[in-house]
Amino acid sequence: MNLATQPENRVALTGNEAVAHAMKQINPDVVAAYPITPQTEIVQIFSGFVADGDVDTVFERVESEHSAMSAAVGAAAAGARAMTATSANGLALMWEILYIAASNRLPIVMPVVNRALSAPINIHCDHSDTMGARDSGWIQLFSENAQEAYDNTLQAIRIAEHPDVELPVMVCLDGFIISHAMDNLFMLPDEMVTKFIGLRKPEYSLLDVDNPATYGPLDLQDWYFEHKRQQVEGMKKALDVIPQIAVEYEELTGREYGFFEAYRASDAEALMIVLGSTAGTAKDVVDAMRDEGHPVGLIKLRTFRPFPMQQLVSALAGRRAVAVMDRSDTFSTAGGPLFHGVRHALYDCERAPLTSNYIYGLGGRDVKPHDLRKVFDDTLRMGESGRVSQPITYLGVRE
Amino acid sequence: MALLDYFRTDMLPHIWCPGCGNGIVTQAIVRGIDALGWSQDETVIVSGIGCSSRAPGYLDFDTLHTTHGRALAFATGVKLAKPHLNVIVVTGDGDASAIGGNHLIHAARRNINITTICFNNSIYGMTGGQYSPLSPSHSYGSTAPYGNIDRAFDLCELVRASGASYVARGSVYHIAQLTRAIQDALAKPGFAFVEAITPCPVYFGRKNQLRTAVDMMRWQKEQMIPLRRAEKMDPEELTGKVIIGTFADKDLPEYTDSYEALIEKVRREVEESS
Ligand SMILES: Cc1ncc(C[n+]2csc(CCOP(=O)(O)OP(=O)(O)O)c2C)c(N)n1
Ligand code: SF4
Repeated sequence: MNLATQPENRVALTGNEAVAHAMKQINPDVVAAYPITPQTEIVQIFSGFVADGDVDTVFERVESEHSAMSAAVGAAAAGARAMTATSANGLALMWEILYIAASNRLPIVMPVVNRALSAPINIHCDHSDTMGARDSGWIQLFSENAQEAYDNTLQAIRIAEHPDVELPVMVCLDGFIISHAMDNLFMLPDEMVTKFIGLRKPEYSLLDVDNPATYGPLDLQDWYFEHKRQQVEGMKKALDVIPQIAVEYEELTGREYGFFEAYRASDAEALMIVLGSTAGTAKDVVDAMRDEGHPVGLIKLRTFRPFPMQQLVSALAGRRAVAVMDRSDTFSTAGGPLFHGVRHALYDCERAPLTSNYIYGLGGRDVKPHDLRKVFDDTLRMGESGRVSQPITYLGVRE
Repeated sequence: MALLDYFRTDMLPHIWCPGCGNGIVTQAIVRGIDALGWSQDETVIVSGIGCSSRAPGYLDFDTLHTTHGRALAFATGVKLAKPHLNVIVVTGDGDASAIGGNHLIHAARRNINITTICFNNSIYGMTGGQYSPLSPSHSYGSTAPYGNIDRAFDLCELVRASGASYVARGSVYHIAQLTRAIQDALAKPGFAFVEAITPCPVYFGRKNQLRTAVDMMRWQKEQMIPLRRAEKMDPEELTGKVIIGTFADKDLPEYTDSYEALIEKVRREVEESS
C-alpha cells in the first residue's frame, strides 16, 4: 500500500497553494519575500502558516526582491534552509544576487511563477523571466501542473543540498495556468516529507564558530577561474543526483521523474519538445493524432539546467523531425533558448533529426490544440520532405 | 480647457475599485495642471507600478509607465535630457517608500525639478493588501494577519530632511487643500513632493474595520489634523493623528539649473584659457 497515494492524501489545490503547502511541509528556517503577481499567493499563504505557528520559519517581509534574495543568501550562508519565491520583474531585480547565491554554492530553493518580463507590462505566462536567468548557475526544474510543482519543490531541497551539488534551484511553474488553476494532486503526509528532506548539513557555515568561513571574498586571476570550474562540476554532478533523488521519490510516491518525460515517443517519427503546462495540451493532441494513425510523440523537458544533453540525444536520435517549442525568445534572430540547447546537442549525433523552432505563447497568448496540431502537421511534413523549410516560426501571432 | 480634455477617454472606464480614492487624486493633479495652464505637449507624467501608477494611462499627456519603484529614476533621465519639460511622477506608497525608497531620497537630495505625487493608501493595493512601509503600526494586512509590528515612515519628514524644496500632505477628504498643495507643488521649481492620503476600501479598509469608502472617508475626516491646528496641540493629543499641510516651501538651488551653470562655468574657463 502506498501511503502517498491514499485517497485521504488527495487534495484539490491551485498551483500556488500546492507550492505553499510544500513549503509548509519543508518548514524552512528563513523565508524572505516581496509580493508580485502571479507569485504573491505562495508567500502570502505561507505567511499565514507562519502567523498561525504552523511552521518554525522566520519570515521577513522585505522591501524588494533584491533584498529578498540577499536575505536568503545571508541565511543560507549562516547554515539555514532558506527559501523565497518570485515572478518576472521580481526575478529580474534579483539578478545580481542570483549569481551570488549560485557562486557561493548556497542551496536556496525558489519557486518562480513564470510571467512575461516588462515592457510592455504584462502579468501573464511566458518563460522570459527564468530563461533570462538560465546562465546564472541555478538549477531549473519546470513543472507541467500543480502536482509537479509540489513534487519538484520537495525534490529541489534534496537536489540543492546534496553535498556533490550545493547549488540553488528554481522550481518553475506557469503563471495563472498552473499557479491559479485548481488541480487534483496527492500530497505526502508531513512526516514523510520531513524524513525525505532530512536536515540541512552545510559543510561550511557562518555560524560554525569552530570552523570560521568566508563567503564571496575577492578572488582575482589567482583562483576565480578554478572556483568557476568547480561550479560547473557541481552542475555536472547534478546530472547524477537529479535521477537518484527522483528514484527515491518514486519509491515513496509511485510518481516517476527524470530529466524529461517521453510521451508516446518511443516509435514517434515527429516529436515535439516542450516545457511546462503546454505539455498537457500537447499530450491531448498527441493522443488524438495517434488515434488517426500519425506517428507523433512528445518530450516534456523537466530539467532545463543542467541541460541533459546526452540523454536528449539518445531520445532524439533516429527520429525524422523535431519541433522545439519556446515560450520566450532570445532576440538573437537565431531562435529561442530551448532551440539553442536542443540543436546544439544534436550537432554530433549521427542520426540527427531535422529540427525547427516555434516561439509561442508570449505574454500569455493562449496556445490551443489546433495550434499544436499545426506544429505536428508541419513537423511530419518536414520529416517526409527531409528539408527544413522554415527554421523559426512565430506561432499564433499577427504578422 | 474642460477637464475631460486632459483624459484619454477611450481608456475609460478605469480599473480602480468602487470607492477607491485614486480617481480623486488624479482629478486633483489635472486641476493643478489646468490652473497653471501647462501644455499637454510639454508635460511628461511618469509612473511606477501599482494601482496608483495606472493613473497616467488615463491621462492625455506624454506618459511613461515604468517598473516598480523606479519612476523617479526614469523621470530624472527625462528631466535631465529636456529640462524645459514639466515632469510629474505618480507613485504609490510601496512604490515610493519600499522598493523605490532610495530613488526618492536621492531625487529630493538633488532637488531636481520634478513634482512627485505619492498616492498613500497605506497598503500594497495592486498585489492584494500586503502591508507597506507606510502602513500604520498595528494595522492589518494580508501579510500581517495579527497586526503589523513595523513602524511607518513619516515620508514627508524623510523627503523634507533629504532636501526637497516643497513638501506637503493632504487627503482626498480634504480635497480643496490637497488640490491647492498639488498646484503649489507643480509650480515650485525644485523637488516637490505631495503625499496624498487616499482610501483603499478593498484592501486597507476591509482588513482594518473600515469596510466602506464612507467609513474610510470618515476616518480621514477624524484622523487628519491641519498643521496650523496641530502646532497648538500637545504631542499626546496628536498620537494616532495624521497632520496635513505644507511642511516645506523653500527656494533652493535646482539640479538642472546647477548642471547648466556648471557647464557654462567650465565652458567660460576653457574659452578664457585658450
Ligand atoms: C520588481 C517588482 N516587484 C514586485 C512587483 C509587484 N507589485 C506590483 S504593484 C506592487 C505594490 C503596489 O503598492 P503601492 O506602490 O503602494 O501602490 P498601490 O497599488 O497601493 O497603488 C507590487 C509589489 C513588481 N511589479 N515589480
Ligand atoms: S485595490 Fe485599493 S488602491 Fe487598488 S484600485 Fe482597489 S481600492 Fe483602489
